[in-house]
Amino acid sequence: MATIASGGQVGRSLPRIEAREKVTGRAEYTHLMQLPGMLFAKIVRSTVAHGRIKSIDTGPARAIPGVYAVYTSDDILKIIPNPYYGPAFHDQPILAIGKVHFVGEPVAAVLAADPHVAEQAVQEIVADYEELPAVFDELEAAENKTLVHEELKPAGTFADLKHLKGRKGTNIALDFRLRRGDVEKGFAEAAHVFEHTFRTQKVLHVPLEPHASIADYRDDGVTIWSSAQGPSFVRTEIARLLGWPENRVRVKVPYLGAGYGGKLYIKLEALAVALSMLARRPVKVANTMEEHFYTITKHPSTFRIKSGLDKDGRIVARQCEIWWNGGAYADIGPRVTQKSGFTASGPYDIENVAIDSYALYTNLTPAGALRGFGIPQLVWGYESHTDMVARALKRDPLEFRKQNLLRDGRPQATGTILKDAAIEKVLDRIAERLNWKAPFDRGTGTVRRGRGLAVALKAVISPTTSVAIVNVSADGSTTLYCGTVDMGQGSDTAMAQIVGEVLNMPAETIRIVPRDTDVTPYDMGTLGSRSLFHMGHAARLAAEEARAKIAALAREVGEPEGSNIPLADLFRKKYGMQAGNIVGTGSYKPDYVPPDAQGLTPNATPFWMVAGSGAEIEVDTETGHVRVTRLINVADVGRPINPKIVETQLSGAALMQLGFTLFEKIHLDGGQVTNASLADYKIPGIHDVPPVMEIEAVDAIQENGPFGAKGVGELATFGVSPAIANAIDDAVGVRLTELPLTAEALLRALRAKDNRPLGDE
Amino acid sequence: MSSRTISFTLNGRPVTADVKPHHNVVEMLQSQFGLTGARESCGQGLCGCCTVLVDGKPVSGCLYLAAFLDGSEVVTIEHLAESGKLDPVQEAFIDCGAFQCGYCTPGFILMAKTLLREHPDPDDEQIKHYLSGNLCRCAAYPEIVNAVKMAARNNKAG
Repeated sequence: MATIASGGQVGRSLPRIEAREKVTGRAEYTHLMQLPGMLFAKIVRSTVAHGRIKSIDTGPARAIPGVYAVYTSDDILKIIPNPYYGPAFHDQPILAIGKVHFVGEPVAAVLAADPHVAEQAVQEIVADYEELPAVFDELEAAENKTLVHEELKPAGTFADLKHLKGRKGTNIALDFRLRRGDVEKGFAEAAHVFEHTFRTQKVLHVPLEPHASIADYRDDGVTIWSSAQGPSFVRTEIARLLGWPENRVRVKVPYLGAGYGGKLYIKLEALAVALSMLARRPVKVANTMEEHFYTITKHPSTFRIKSGLDKDGRIVARQCEIWWNGGAYADIGPRVTQKSGFTASGPYDIENVAIDSYALYTNLTPAGALRGFGIPQLVWGYESHTDMVARALKRDPLEFRKQNLLRDGRPQATGTILKDAAIEKVLDRIAERLNWKAPFDRGTGTVRRGRGLAVALKAVISPTTSVAIVNVSADGSTTLYCGTVDMGQGSDTAMAQIVGEVLNMPAETIRIVPRDTDVTPYDMGTLGSRSLFHMGHAARLAAEEARAKIAALAREVGEPEGSNIPLADLFRKKYGMQAGNIVGTGSYKPDYVPPDAQGLTPNATPFWMVAGSGAEIEVDTETGHVRVTRLINVADVGRPINPKIVETQLSGAALMQLGFTLFEKIHLDGGQVTNASLADYKIPGIHDVPPVMEIEAVDAIQENGPFGAKGVGELATFGVSPAIANAIDDAVGVRLTELPLTAEALLRALRAKDNRPLGDE
Repeated sequence: MSSRTISFTLNGRPVTADVKPHHNVVEMLQSQFGLTGARESCGQGLCGCCTVLVDGKPVSGCLYLAAFLDGSEVVTIEHLAESGKLDPVQEAFIDCGAFQCGYCTPGFILMAKTLLREHPDPDDEQIKHYLSGNLCRCAAYPEIVNAVKMAARNNKAG
């Protein structure tokens, strides 16, 4: 399938095909859209982390001139009897029913034609709660002393969640388990055993376009415009909630002002539909940036990792226990827990592995996917651990990694044989760029320098399906219908290049239909770096079918084999005028074998994702401030379809992770977010870009990928955090085990090492 | 709250608008003129997505009250390619791949225009200084810096 490119489109650094719309400010985003007769909804949110709703006084709000209506779950229940949604668990109510489970949970909604009136009315609504004990920490939640939900409600979509149905007395929404070899025997026989615990903080996606959905409900169908990464999922889930066939639900998705995983599944869509249904008017629900903090975040995590090594330094046993802080509703947490669990032991060849990965409910904003599906949290732990072990054994961190590296042809922890995973090449290129063997300027006085590296492996989420349609019009111009959402990753451009490659047409002449479930066929979702591979194949197959039909048409009208008659002439010969269409369809779902009770499977994934980072840093030992002076990111992307877009994806992902590494953190006080704004939650700006940024896609081919390609979007998030922590250790001999690596955390660690610990104030 | 009618120049044309005291520039441009190039994101004047030029100066349209526009000259991103031909800064942003999702792009382009007007040949520090009030979560910053430099070169050559 890794056909050599012939149409001249694959491998072109074509500018994004929607570039002109974006630089002129004309690109459409849901947050900017309005419909005639539309009402704005503003949300009343819970002020307590866990509590029974005693009363909601909506009277004063209703009395405000211009308020169209105020709704609570009492109203929702009249039109949607079972208003719970979610991809893994049907646990999240459209508006809180009886209880609230986190600060910020929607409890009521105000509708008005003037958004300011709705906003003002929200302030007039008083809800009274009977507070209940709440649990915020994932390790405390695992003790099941304070329960978030009384009973678990798995969606039934996933076979491996079925055993959780109806389970009571637990906060564990999934317990993924993998056992390979005999880890206890491995530890018993090991010459050295090391154990460390790592933690990650709660951080936010911060797409600059906050979440927005508009619903226009009619009795014969509902149309939804939404900033959604998965239009097909939205359609299916809304149809389920309404008890309707899918074809009465239409989901339209313009460009997204980015998503990074935060706009997957249902976010505001169900609320917008319910409100439109109640009001019988089009309704827009649009988050402010503050409200994003109460919508979805990344999973905080605790990762305990233990390794046994033989006397030669080979890792012979590894035990991984990971607790994922999923917040009040499961969202996709159970999937993050399982799928990242597959590779929790890292890119190493280890005989005996035990992995336990737990999805936990807590009384915080729900957590979901964020550019890596759990992998960045795991790499942070295992690559920090790798360095700590190497240092303890007085081994060179690079050589130690190379000794233990997993190589093509060897079984990964799941038992799936590694293939087309350029782990060693990626690691070697990082080391070469760092000039690892050469002496390194370690700084003097109060400025100390260090360097570090890290490498990672991910199994792409499987099995998932994509469907595409290619339509060749009678003048030969061609249109692709696909549900992949272009949220900045450049998928429209890449898909146009794939179709153009097959049909031998310039990619910029291919029209990509904006996502609309009435016309664009099924796609599982734009997530987990899956689209280029899965939708890429579907688009390729659709184009190949169109190409075959073009050849058949040529034969039918008597053209000789190999004729290069223009397409328009072909149609004219057949229909006597400019008429007709040729339609090709493609559907792609890779093979997959679900893990057995031991978490083992011969086919965990259709492709492996590999990336790593190298960092050079300076530490100011008087302040603890870390300056990243050079950040290197190397990845195996297979064959790049569009090298320039690949480069910007890698660079952007690395810089995003730099924020998660050095400063981003949602601060919480009793479950209340205390920094819910960009004034207090800082994301990387132009001054945070390291002076030297290096990006490289190694020379590689994904044999089963479309034209040898595979996914890119998440890759450069993997290695950044541990590479920097390893560089800090290299510079000042201090190890930080919790993100973010702030100046305060490092200064405390430096002073503790000096036996001059800082006080708490 | 009562409305008042203001008059100003919008992208070269005289216009009037009915605004209430609390209306900001972004909502007025979107609701009364259908212009969505300036858009709210952080709502605090920190991200630059809402940038418009008022009497040649970049302001945060999410904080700037619409009533203050009375008598002023307002330019939005939509003005730059009104003739159908892209501005050199827009061209450079495309050539350098200086955006991904595109939501912050109009704000960056208007700031870059301001920078190049005041410093036709900016160095890295000047570029960073001028663009430090614009956030790009896709983090296309390296490409944005390249684009500004390319636009400066093209301006000189052109």
